[in-house]
Amino acid sequence: MSAVTELPTRNPLKPAGRQRLREVSSRHRSLSIMVGIAIVGAVLPVLVFFPPFTLAQPTNAWIDGFTNAGVFVLLALGLNLVVGVAGLLDLGYAAFFAIGAYTYAYVLSPFGNSIIGIPIVQTLGSEGAGFLFWPMLLVGALVAATFGILLGAPTLRLRGDYLAIVTLGFGEIVPIVFLNSDLVTNGTNGIGGLSRPSLPIIGGFSAINPWPYYITMLVLVAVVMMLCYRLIESRLGRAWEAIREDELAAAANGINTVVAKLLAFALGASTAGIAGVFNASKLVTVSPDQFTFIVSFTVLAMVVLGGMGNFWGIAVGAFVIYTINNVLLKSLNQFFDATGIPILKDIDFIQLQFLLYGLALVAMMLLRPEGLFPNSRRQRELHTDVTLPEQDELGTAEGTTEEGQR
Amino acid sequence: MTALPATSDAGRARVPVGRVVKLLVLIAIIVGIGWLAVVNLGAKQATEQLVNALTRGSIYALIAIGYTMVYGIIELINFAHGDMFMVGAFVSLSFLTQLGFTGAVTDLRLLIVLLVASFAVTMTVLALVGITIERLAYRPLRNAPRLAPLITAIGVSFILQNAVQLFYGPYQTNSPKIFPDTWTLQVGEATVPVLSIFIFVVAIGMMTALQLFIGRTRLGRAMRSTAADRDAASLMGVNINRTIAITFLIGSALAGAAGVVNGLNYGVARFDDGFQAGLKAFTAAVLGGIGNTVGAALGGFIIGFIEVGATAMGYARWGPAIVFGVLVIVLVFRPTGLLGQQLGERA
Repeated sequence: MSAVTELPTRNPLKPAGRQRLREVSSRHRSLSIMVGIAIVGAVLPVLVFFPPFTLAQPTNAWIDGFTNAGVFVLLALGLNLVVGVAGLLDLGYAAFFAIGAYTYAYVLSPFGNSIIGIPIVQTLGSEGAGFLFWPMLLVGALVAATFGILLGAPTLRLRGDYLAIVTLGFGEIVPIVFLNSDLVTNGTNGIGGLSRPSLPIIGGFSAINPWPYYITMLVLVAVVMMLCYRLIESRLGRAWEAIREDELAAAANGINTVVAKLLAFALGASTAGIAGVFNASKLVTVSPDQFTFIVSFTVLAMVVLGGMGNFWGIAVGAFVIYTINNVLLKSLNQFFDATGIPILKDIDFIQLQFLLYGLALVAMMLLRPEGLFPNSRRQRELHTDVTLPEQDELGTAEGTTEEGQR
Repeated sequence: MTALPATSDAGRARVPVGRVVKLLVLIAIIVGIGWLAVVNLGAKQATEQLVNALTRGSIYALIAIGYTMVYGIIELINFAHGDMFMVGAFVSLSFLTQLGFTGAVTDLRLLIVLLVASFAVTMTVLALVGITIERLAYRPLRNAPRLAPLITAIGVSFILQNAVQLFYGPYQTNSPKIFPDTWTLQVGEATVPVLSIFIFVVAIGMMTALQLFIGRTRLGRAMRSTAADRDAASLMGVNINRTIAITFLIGSALAGAAGVVNGLNYGVARFDDGFQAGLKAFTAAVLGGIGNTVGAALGGFIIGFIEVGATAMGYARWGPAIVFGVLVIVLVFRPTGLLGQQLGERA
C-alpha cells in the first residue's frame, strides 16, 4: 500500500462532499444564495401544511407571517452592515424604516398626493399606481440613504457610544415628528389607503392572497443578501472590517474612514428604506407607532443573536425571533388553555413576551455572546477576549486587546 | 468639587481662563432665557415655571448621575437605569400604600417619618436590585466586547418593565401624594409649592453628599482611580469588583430617590415611565460631559429647563424632539459636553 492510495481513504466521502459544496458555493456565491433562498422559500410553505404548524394558525396566516418576518430579515441584514460589519452602533434604525414607509405613503396614497400636490394615484388609478411600487423600492432606498448621510455626516466623527446615543435620539425624533406634524402626516392616525403593488400578469396584490407578497419578499431578501455578500468581499467591505477592528490602524493604512463609515450608514439605511416601502405597501397604512424604539432594539437583538457579521445566521436569527414573538407565544397560550393545567392556563404568554425576550437577550449574551451562528473570525476574536482575562484574577490581562474593536 | 477621575495637577496650575469664559457664557445664556421668560410670560408665570423646571431638573439630575457614574467607570450605557427609576417609583408607592396612606399627611412629624422611611426603603431596595443586576448581567461580560453588556442592559430593561407591568398592569398607578399640595409659599405674585423646594433641597443635598463621598473618602478615591485606569488601580490594591458594585449601588439608590420624588410630585407611575426619563437623563449626562457627576447634575437641570420651556411655549408634544435636537447640536459642536468629559483618551 503506497501513501498515494491511502490518501482518499483518510477523507471519508461525506466531508469531501461538504468541502466541494463549500467550494462551489464560495465560487458562485450569488447563485448559491438564489438556490438557498429558493429552497427555504419552497420548504417553508410545505412545512406549514402539516400538523404542529396547522394547529397554531391557518396556512395563509403562516405565509403572511413569513412575509412579515421577511421584513425583519431585511432590516437585520441592513443593520448588520452598520453594526456587525462596520462596528457602528446604530440604535435608531427604525427611523430609516419609517422614512422608507412614509416615502411610499407620500407617492402612493390620495392623502400623500394631496400633500405633495401631484395627483399620482388619481391619474393612474389604484392598480396602475401599483406598478410604481417597483421603482418606489429604489426611491425609498435612496431617500432613506440620503437621511442616513444627513444624520451620519455630522455625527460619524463621534466616538462609538455617542454615535449610539445620537442615533437613539434620531430614532426617537423621527416618530415624534411624524406624530406631531398633523397637517402633513395626519398625526397618530397616520396615512391610510396606500396602493398595493401590481404586476403585469397577476394584476394588483391583495390582502386575501399572501403569495405574491411572499414571493416578492423572497426575491428582495435574495437580492439584498447577494448585494451584502458582494459588498463584504469588496474593497469597501474590507475597509469596514478594518474600521471595526481598529479605526486608527485603518486610517493609518490609507482608508478614508469617514467616507467608509458614511457609506455603511447610507447602505444600511437604504436597506431599511426598502423594507419600509415593502411593509407600507403590505399594511396599506403607515402610522408613527409602527416605528418605535422597540423595532430598533428588536432588530439589533436579531443581529446580535443571529451572530454579527454572518448573513445567513442573521437571516435565521431574525426569522426565528419574529416567529417566536408573533406565533409561538400566541400558540403557547392556546396550547396551555387547552390543556387546562391550572397555573399554566392562567399565564398570558403575550403579556410575558418582553420578559421572556429580555431574559433571552441576557441569557444569550452570557452564554454565547457571539450569537447562534457566528462569523468564524468574530468568534475567534470573542473567544480570545473572554478567556484571557478569566484566567487572570486581577483582571490585568484585559484592557488593550478589546479596546480597539467594538 | 471634582468629577470622578481626579483632575491633573498641571491643569490646576494654569489660570483657567477658558473655564471662566465658559461659565460667563453659561450664566449669560441662563440670564437671557430668564429675561425672555419674564418678558413673555410675566413675572408670576416665569417664577412658577422656573420652580417647575427645577423640580423636573432635580429628577433628571438624580437619574443622570447614575448613568454618568456607571459610564465613567465601566463605559457602559446602562439602558436599564431609566427603568430603575421607574422601579423606584413603584417601590415607594407600594410602601406608602401598604402602610395605608393614600392622601396628604398634614401632621408634620408623621410626614417627616414617612418621607425618611420611604426614601430609606426605596433606596435600599433599589441599591440591592442594582448590585444584583450588576452581578448577574454585567460583571460576567466585563471583558467582552462592549456591544455585549449593552444588549444585556436592553434585556434587563425589558425584564424590569415587564415585571412591573405584570404586577401593576399596563395603566397608570396612583402614587400617594403624602406631601400636602396646600402648603405653598408666596414669592411675589407667584405661588410656590413647598414640595418643590423640598425636592430641590433633597436633590442638591444628595448630590453634595455624593461629591463629598467621591472626593473625600477612601471608597471615592477607589472609584476615581478605577475610572481613570482599572488595571493600574487593581495593581494598587483596589478591589475592582467591589468598587464597580458600589458604583452601581449608589447610582441605583439615587435613581430610587428620583423615583420617590417623582411619585410625590406627579402622583402617578407607569411601567414605561423609565424609558423616556432614562433617555433624557442620559442626554443630560452627555450634555454635562459624561463621567462627570457635576456635569450630569447641571445637564439634568438644563434638560428640565428646556422641557418646561418647550411646554410653556406650547410645544409640549415636541419636548423630547427638542431635547434630542439639543443633544445632537451639543455633540456635534462640543462632543465632550459642557463641563468637559473626564475620561481618558482610551475609548
